[in-house]
Amino acid sequence: MRKVYHKIIQVSGNVISVEAEGVSYNELAEVSTKRGVSLAQVIRLSENKVYLQVFAGSRGVSTNDEVRFLGKSMQISSSQNLLGRIFNGAGVPRDNRPAIKEDMIEIGGPSVNPSKRIIPKRMVKTNIPMIDLFNSLVVSQKIPIFSVAGEPYNELLARIAMQAEVDVIVLGGMGLKYDDYLVFRDTLEKHGALTRTVMFMHTASDPVVECLLVPDVALAVSEAYALEGKDVLVLLTDMTNYSDSLKEIAITMEQIPSNRGYPGDLYSQLAARYEKAVDFDGAGSITVLTVTTMPGDDVTHPVPDNTGYITEGQFYLKNGRIEPFGSLSRLKQQVNGDTRKDHRAIMDTMIRLYANYKETCEKQSMGFSMSQWDNKLLKYGVLFEQRMMDLSVNIPLEESLNIGWKTLAECFDKAETGIKTDMLNEFWPKSETTA
Amino acid sequence: MPETNQGRIVGVNGNMITVKFDTFVTQNEVAYAILGDKRLKCEVIRVRGSNADLQVFESTNGLTVGDIVSFTGELLSVELGPGLLTMVYDGLQNPLDQLAKKSGFFLERGVYLPALDQNAKWDFTPSVKADDSISAGDYLGSVPEGIYTHYICAPFDLQGTWKIESISPAGSYTIKDKIASVKSEKGNVRELTMSQKWPVKIPIKCYREKLLPEKTLITQQRIIDTFFPVAVGGTFCTPGPFGAGKTVLQHAISQHAQTDVVIVCACGERAGEVVEILKEYPHLEDPRTGRSLMERSIIICNTSSMPVAAREASVYTAITLAEYYRQMGLNALLLADSTSRWAQALREMSGRLEEIPGEEGFPAYLESLIASFYERAGLVKLNNGKLGSVTVGGAVSPAGGNFEEPVTQATLKVVGCFLGLSKQRADSRRFPSIHPLESWSHYTSLVDKEDIAKARKMLRRGMEVNQMMNVVGEEGTSTDDYVIYLKSEFLDSVYLQQNTFDPVDGASDADRQIHVFKKTIFVLDSKFSFKAKEDARQFFMGLRQMFIDWNYLKFGSDKFKYQEDHINSRLKELANA
Ligand SMILES: Nc1ncnc2c1ncn2[C@@H]1O[C@H](COP(=O)(O)OP(=O)(O)OP(=O)(O)O)[C@@H](O)[C@H]1O
Ligand SMILES: [Mg+2]
Repeated sequence: MRKVYHKIIQVSGNVISVEAEGVSYNELAEVSTKRGVSLAQVIRLSENKVYLQVFAGSRGVSTNDEVRFLGKSMQISSSQNLLGRIFNGAGVPRDNRPAIKEDMIEIGGPSVNPSKRIIPKRMVKTNIPMIDLFNSLVVSQKIPIFSVAGEPYNELLARIAMQAEVDVIVLGGMGLKYDDYLVFRDTLEKHGALTRTVMFMHTASDPVVECLLVPDVALAVSEAYALEGKDVLVLLTDMTNYSDSLKEIAITMEQIPSNRGYPGDLYSQLAARYEKAVDFDGAGSITVLTVTTMPGDDVTHPVPDNTGYITEGQFYLKNGRIEPFGSLSRLKQQVNGDTRKDHRAIMDTMIRLYANYKETCEKQSMGFSMSQWDNKLLKYGVLFEQRMMDLSVNIPLEESLNIGWKTLAECFDKAETGIKTDMLNEFWPKSETTA
Repeated sequence: MPETNQGRIVGVNGNMITVKFDTFVTQNEVAYAILGDKRLKCEVIRVRGSNADLQVFESTNGLTVGDIVSFTGELLSVELGPGLLTMVYDGLQNPLDQLAKKSGFFLERGVYLPALDQNAKWDFTPSVKADDSISAGDYLGSVPEGIYTHYICAPFDLQGTWKIESISPAGSYTIKDKIASVKSEKGNVRELTMSQKWPVKIPIKCYREKLLPEKTLITQQRIIDTFFPVAVGGTFCTPGPFGAGKTVLQHAISQHAQTDVVIVCACGERAGEVVEILKEYPHLEDPRTGRSLMERSIIICNTSSMPVAAREASVYTAITLAEYYRQMGLNALLLADSTSRWAQALREMSGRLEEIPGEEGFPAYLESLIASFYERAGLVKLNNGKLGSVTVGGAVSPAGGNFEEPVTQATLKVVGCFLGLSKQRADSRRFPSIHPLESWSHYTSLVDKEDIAKARKMLRRGMEVNQMMNVVGEEGTSTDDYVIYLKSEFLDSVYLQQNTFDPVDGASDADRQIHVFKKTIFVLDSKFSFKAKEDARQFFMGLRQMFIDWNYLKFGSDKFKYQEDHINSRLKELANA
């Protein structure tokens, strides 16, 4: 049994320190207080002084409380029995069922050797035209939903998870509203997906720092499954809460902030998590889909800004729709060449015309006269928003391509689309009377 | 005696450890923290009293106060010798393929492998004989390395003149075989092999003089070579917000630049982007040699989730390899993506050292570090009279896309060419998204200066007209102004923009640029008279399409000439009308 310490010499923020010997960096400890037992992790060693971040928070910690070092760093079970279960960030069951202790693995393991990765080539079908057609999601992609609080990002996340043909879904909630948590759970249950899902839940009412463990446990479990050949989809919401917890610890530790109080290593911290997304050469894959809420809808805020530099594009959710501008899947060209041969042509043409529609709207609002061309665009823009952007649209890619052609034919002459002639001959709807 | 010089850990803070040492330490020397059967590589970055602060190139998980640290007495170094080309290394020059063979999927900490194949045989031909005098950097002989003659250089740290005591005859040797022994004036003897070590943070300076970079480095990107050229031996930077196209541009340059050796340093960016290089370059042909692109490339990758301290080292590793090939009289191009991640690594370490921070938490010495890094670029005349060069291009990732931040500003002070990537241009799919009005270059363009001035003026006036039109509408704009706007848009779409992913349009060589630019200028110079704006718009739309089609045709081919005739007659038609 490891040594127990009874003298806490400092409590500041959610960090405590004790004088102890033989303690190693990142080691776990249990802090027992009147409120119960909390996990804590060593975040700094200085001579015989040990600093610990207390996951349940330091509220109520008394200087003579007990600190017991566990002689190991954070571990989580990687067993198949996790499927269908719900845990908190520390891996403790939240579903009143027994704890799982077999096949324990360390969290926050090393990076994948780049030479063991392959170029991703498989598309994840979501039946959402704004994704499948315009910004295809690719297996092993890491991509956030950028959005302001109040948008239906969690619904979108749940919907993609239901639609995606993956072996395992790992859901990590950070600072999630309890209602949202229930919605996730019920959605998964309704679709019979609960049995292939593992949930690590930290809700808004849980101690703030406890959410720091969520991405690491979720990704460690995913990695173990992927190594067994499974395609895993990881959902993490909300990474802004996670970043804010990092900020809180950094400030407590008196680290010099870089931007708006966030620590200078925010980029590295986020990257270490996002880069777990991988398509293994000779095993399964991890796709990481997250939510990053943007305070004040400001993309230059440090959290979305650092995220954008790390991820492979983003889905920009605004007013309940995925905006074509501001959204980008950087991996789409890996897959949209092999779907249907009109995919890229429809994608480019429809976006270009939608951009023209936006300009026309601006001209209209400034009171300039509308030409015949402008009127065509106005008709098109409305149809585009209805048929493609509305999130209630739920159709396979082939169908959205067909609807794309139909919409073009209803609004424009062939030549006005700028699509190559042989493509027009093959796909332009025959029965429609053109505008 | 290295192993006896030891210390013990007294503090651990992230990837920094504080060590109480027994005897003495040297700034920047390498040490190993002993963790069970693992040895974790570190570098001394500060010494205070009998304590030294070390950055650890690995995760510090599990280190304990009291653990042993053993100092090596050697500065952080790379191994230089034949076999560097085609290699893929991490920031500390560990070969990634070999690591994968040894450790599998993950980068296990504490595993270090020799950078160069110790058993490969190289056909050595000596170029010196016994009793010859040599000094640092002189060639002792050469071996063929893929497409180049790899000169075996006398150690770059030789002081003064030495005499060849013996030199091996022509034959096949490994890099560990002794090939020469040399003797100093004082009588010291050194045995030499085909490889040598060099500390990465010290520039290799075995040359006679540094020259002014004058020749344009052909990147085959029209907007660069024509408007904002890079010079052979010069420096440039490409700042831009996320998604603006920095990485795509660097990849394009690394493929198409007309240079001998390309070193790609993926520094703190995505692993996926490196994988694209690793998997694709071996299958891409370098038109200059007809061989795979990989044969002229070295990839250094310390991606964003790999240890941060090794990220800091990676840019130095990369530039040292570039300097090494410069010593052979070759032109090396180093592309670093992104230097901001290197600066952030410095910031993290500076924070742990509790130094007084400058702007945005960056250390106060950031500017001088960036300056001395870019200063290692240059065109040089070697002691043997040959010319060699290192050209450096760095991507910069400014927070919030705002160029007023410390890394961008410090970089702009020292580089010779600024290619500012614009979010707006990227959003409107105008690639490469280099801003044609804000960027600048001090180097010489492929084409006539006056033509450039003319073209830039057209772009500026076109933008002004466009802004005006947004206020008063098309109706309120004169036809003459409208034509200026159309001309500037024409120049933008047919010349500044380029389809990076098209095999023909993506690479435009010097002759082609000169030829096409002349025709473009001719259009800008021409006075057209149009009855109405709509006629003008139609005309330029048509002309634009003809030029774009022309851009996709192989230079000098029959189809290219045919299309040119077609363009000429269309232009003549309008002049006659
Ligand atoms: N020359 C180009 N032609 C076509 N598309 C491009 C071009 N350059 C960039 N893009 C598009 O923009 C996306 C982002 O480009 P890139 O990865 O180069 O950005 P970046 O500036 O390196 O971003 P980050 O700072 O996040 O790494 C690409 O995935 C691609 O879709
Ligand atoms: Mg990039």
